[in-house]
Amino acid sequence: MTTKIKLENVSKIFGSKPKSVIPMIKDGMEKNEILEKTGHTVGVYDASMEIKQGEIFVIMGLSGSGKSTLIRCFNLLNKPTNGSIFIDGEDIVKYNSTELKRVRQEKVAMVFQHFGLFNHRTVLANVEYGLEIRNVSKEERQEIARKNIENVGLKGYEDKYPEQLSGGMQQRVGLARALANDPDILLMDEPFSALDPLIRREMQLELLDIQERLQKTIIFITHDVNEAFKIGDRVAVMKDGKVVQVGTPEEIIEEPANDYISDFIKDIDRSKVFQAEHVMIKPNALVSMKDGLNVAIKEMEENNISSVFAVDRGRHVKGIVTIDDAIAGIKEKKTLEDVLRTDITVVQRDEYVNDLIAKTLESKFPLAVVNEEDKLIGFILRVHVLSGLVAEDVNESEDYIG
Amino acid sequence: MEEFVDFLDSSLEGFFDFIYLLSSEIINGIETTLLWMPWWTFILVIFLLGWYFKSLFSGVLYSIFIFLIGTFGLWEDMMTTIAVVLTAVIISLVIGIPLGIWMAFSKGFSTVMRPILDAMQTMPSFVYLIPAIFFFGLGNISAIAATLIYALPPVIRLTELAIRGVDKEVIESAQSFGSSKWQMLRKIQLPQALPTIMAGVNQTTMMALAMVVIASMVGAQGLGEQVLVSINRIDISLGFEAGISIVFLAIIIDRVTNGIADKLQKHRRISE
Repeated sequence: MTTKIKLENVSKIFGSKPKSVIPMIKDGMEKNEILEKTGHTVGVYDASMEIKQGEIFVIMGLSGSGKSTLIRCFNLLNKPTNGSIFIDGEDIVKYNSTELKRVRQEKVAMVFQHFGLFNHRTVLANVEYGLEIRNVSKEERQEIARKNIENVGLKGYEDKYPEQLSGGMQQRVGLARALANDPDILLMDEPFSALDPLIRREMQLELLDIQERLQKTIIFITHDVNEAFKIGDRVAVMKDGKVVQVGTPEEIIEEPANDYISDFIKDIDRSKVFQAEHVMIKPNALVSMKDGLNVAIKEMEENNISSVFAVDRGRHVKGIVTIDDAIAGIKEKKTLEDVLRTDITVVQRDEYVNDLIAKTLESKFPLAVVNEEDKLIGFILRVHVLSGLVAEDVNESEDYIG
Repeated sequence: MEEFVDFLDSSLEGFFDFIYLLSSEIINGIETTLLWMPWWTFILVIFLLGWYFKSLFSGVLYSIFIFLIGTFGLWEDMMTTIAVVLTAVIISLVIGIPLGIWMAFSKGFSTVMRPILDAMQTMPSFVYLIPAIFFFGLGNISAIAATLIYALPPVIRLTELAIRGVDKEVIESAQSFGSSKWQMLRKIQLPQALPTIMAGVNQTTMMALAMVVIASMVGAQGLGEQVLVSINRIDISLGFEAGISIVFLAIIIDRVTNGIADKLQKHRRISE
């Protein structure tokens, strides 16, 4: 994947002489100290990151950590005090006002925490706005707006005013308005924080849905760890204006960069972050359908296990052979196919641990994990599911089983 | 000071002549139209305004008010008063709204304007009645000039307040779409500010009406003149009739402009 946006040492300081503060931070002065001494507020300091085309990049942090300040740098609602922001290789900080207007009109759109809707305009006129200021003809922009309103599930509400809609619906208008411009990059500043939990979950799923269809590059701000890990391909954690760690949700959970982050992710619901492939074990032993029962028994004895998966030539799972069945089968001169048990449970590699709990309880055998091509890539025992839920023990449990 | 006024009179003669001509054109136009209208048409218009912007009851009530003023024999005076007030309000808005917008955008300009506005509102009106005669002579135009000084500040102040008060996130979202300054003002800030600006218009109108009696001292005709005459003659009944006519007008104008503001406000509440 290509890099869409690149931040290089971006800082944003609010106050009368922002540049004068930079050296003080370099000397290690704290945010509060600077505010007291100089009256300047450090919004963001020295943020560097690369955001790839088509990913959902989440910036997470508590209030006051500078995340909202940082996202406003991406479309220069905040002009960085220092540093460069490259979009498609061009430094937008150096843009003049005409170029900036063009980027905002064509490339970057934003969704706001409190929706930022124009309450003197109807839903349709709100969604039209971005096109209207680009001087798109009335018929064309209404057509595009109607299509986008339909896409977010608000067909029939075109002539209502924002105030007449519920919070969730208002944010859908905000989303439709941003998408109507067909931007490459979507900035979302805590878009679901003002919504109640039920609606929030619905909107999160819908966002993932939309993302699958449209493949935008999305920068998403949130203070909610669960939300961040649920929708983020990668997550940046911010504290006091600094970026503390960038990584995939799994990387951050497995190797938190410092105590602050460990603390942050302590009460996260791990079962909704970890997927089958994170807790599964790669099989040491497999038998092929053309192998005999003797081979199966030997494999099991060598690896000290009580059952083994049987696969065909394409590594597709056919079933499982237990040691008891195999020994009995040899006595009765049966083939591997005769004693093969096919009532196994197969799971996809990206199924969440949360969904595996029931399956592993119901199944008599280990779960077989397959990839997109249906090939067996691992198996999961009950103990793996449980260890996936506990904080520190993910790595240890692997040693223990292996 | 005297020399200063003389200087103004001579050097800005053209300017004052222009204002004089403009205002007299407007005022004559309005007055002629109002007087040309048959009396029942005017009452009907008032009824419809009251009905549309307030309620059926208000429409009926306002019509009765106007009818009563007619029975007092003050019909033509009323029309003159309305013409003077309307002219003052129109000029106030034409000057006041742009000034208010400018103040909202420029902190420096706002700082300069504030004490001036304070002075305009607190200076006793008799003080500037006399120079007004100097520049415009006795009559309705001087009255309008004096009324302007008194009635202009509210619309300027409330326009500034309204533009500054537009929700920050709404401004940001308009910016994030790449709006130019002009698009922002015309499509977002002014429409968002309109209800508050209307409150300013209402205030300005009421203050213009309040100046009617004082302005009659520099020769404004109309209801104010009748009040003045009644004071000189100690004619209690005429004074009362003219006075209550002014009150009636005030009620009607206040309620109708308020009604317009409410209608505008219907679909918008700054989102929380």
